[in-house]
Amino acid sequence: MNYVFQFNVVWDHLPELFEGALLTIQLSATAMALGLCVAVVCAYGKSARPRPVRWVVAAYVELIRNTPFLVQIFIFYFSLPVIGIRLTANTAALAAMTINLGAYASEIVRAGIEAIPHGQIEAAHALGLKRLQIFRFIIIFPALKTVYPALASQFILLMLSSSVVSTISAVELTAITNSLASTTFRSFEFYFVATGLYLAMALGFRAGLSAIYWVVFRRGRAA
Amino acid sequence: MGRSFGIGEFLYLLKAIPWTLLLSLGALVGGGIVGLFIAILRIAPSRPLQWLAIGYIELFQGTPVLMQLFVTYYGLAVLFNLQVDAWPAVLLAFTLYSGAFLGEIWRGSIQAIPRPQWEAAECLSLSFPKQLWYVILPQAARISIPPTVGFAVQLIKSTSIAAIIGFVELTRAGQLMTNATFRPMIVYPIVAALYFILCWPLSLLAQTLERRIDATLGIKQHF
Repeated sequence: MNYVFQFNVVWDHLPELFEGALLTIQLSATAMALGLCVAVVCAYGKSARPRPVRWVVAAYVELIRNTPFLVQIFIFYFSLPVIGIRLTANTAALAAMTINLGAYASEIVRAGIEAIPHGQIEAAHALGLKRLQIFRFIIIFPALKTVYPALASQFILLMLSSSVVSTISAVELTAITNSLASTTFRSFEFYFVATGLYLAMALGFRAGLSAIYWVVFRRGRAA
Repeated sequence: MGRSFGIGEFLYLLKAIPWTLLLSLGALVGGGIVGLFIAILRIAPSRPLQWLAIGYIELFQGTPVLMQLFVTYYGLAVLFNLQVDAWPAVLLAFTLYSGAFLGEIWRGSIQAIPRPQWEAAECLSLSFPKQLWYVILPQAARISIPPTVGFAVQLIKSTSIAAIIGFVELTRAGQLMTNATFRPMIVYPIVAALYFILCWPLSLLAQTLERRIDATLGIKQHF
């Protein structure tokens, strides 16, 4: 082994890497929020009465969960313009991440809904609440609380898979690392440090998401 | 405008499927060996060994596969002066990656075995390795099958990322065909459909197995 590691080149470009990390955090956090909304709507749709609605939701979930994220990104960025939907790289990335997370998270949310004791729903019916009211006031909050740990790990997986969106020239940590690596010819050093940054972000997200759990589900609520 | 998308182009995509499968299978076998070690270290009666396993799992579950691929690819090049083609780097990276996930899955299966089984084995004065091999692992193996099949689906989808460093499997073949024909609206949906055909049966199998094992353990699945 006669390779000389030169990490000082990486230190010189550290501010750019941090900027990239910030972009990754923004992109992932937005996709997490939007994806959770999609998931809740889908979970509601899955319990809807009309059969076709349920089929559409089931097809969406199965299609997304059984195809690679990378191919989904390609469809959003390269295929959609053919039928006139032209998205910028970052919008396409955000859309693909949201749609992807929505499918995975809707299955998790559905599991939470199924864990709600039936007596509660019957009690709500007895009080004369409508379906949407039951969903809003009785079901969704405890359901999300039950499955929160699973949702949090899905969110972190999404943040990690966001590195793939660099392939459609969306700007985030991996894309910035790629360009720095190819201009300085210090690929190993840059990818090594970027990997460390991702690890730090994963741990950071985990801490942040548990903080959110604490604020949303614990404070001032008995159940 | 370039060539059109015909039978020949479709066959080119089909011919890339064995590479996707071969990579997934190789990573599953290699990762299985690594994962078994990790799972055993994780439950070993020694703190430092447990920390070692936890560190490994955190490292590989907390960083993007794409970064792991880059680090392995350039790492092999700089550390061993190997100007390798993509295949060994990709196989190594996916082996290490699936080792972490399988390790966690199998640790869960091992810990699902009731405590008295360990105690009974100890009463027979079996040593720790023998308790594991003769009493615990045969029972844990049964529980671990559904989540392992589920992970195989995740792995097949993840191998698409190997396309980014130029390994020609299904997704890379799709990129090449898109570049040759300029028909992203045809090629990428076909690629997605091919992945779906590979993954969906496995997903259904995992679900069925899960239900069957739940039934034999006498655990009620839903309300």
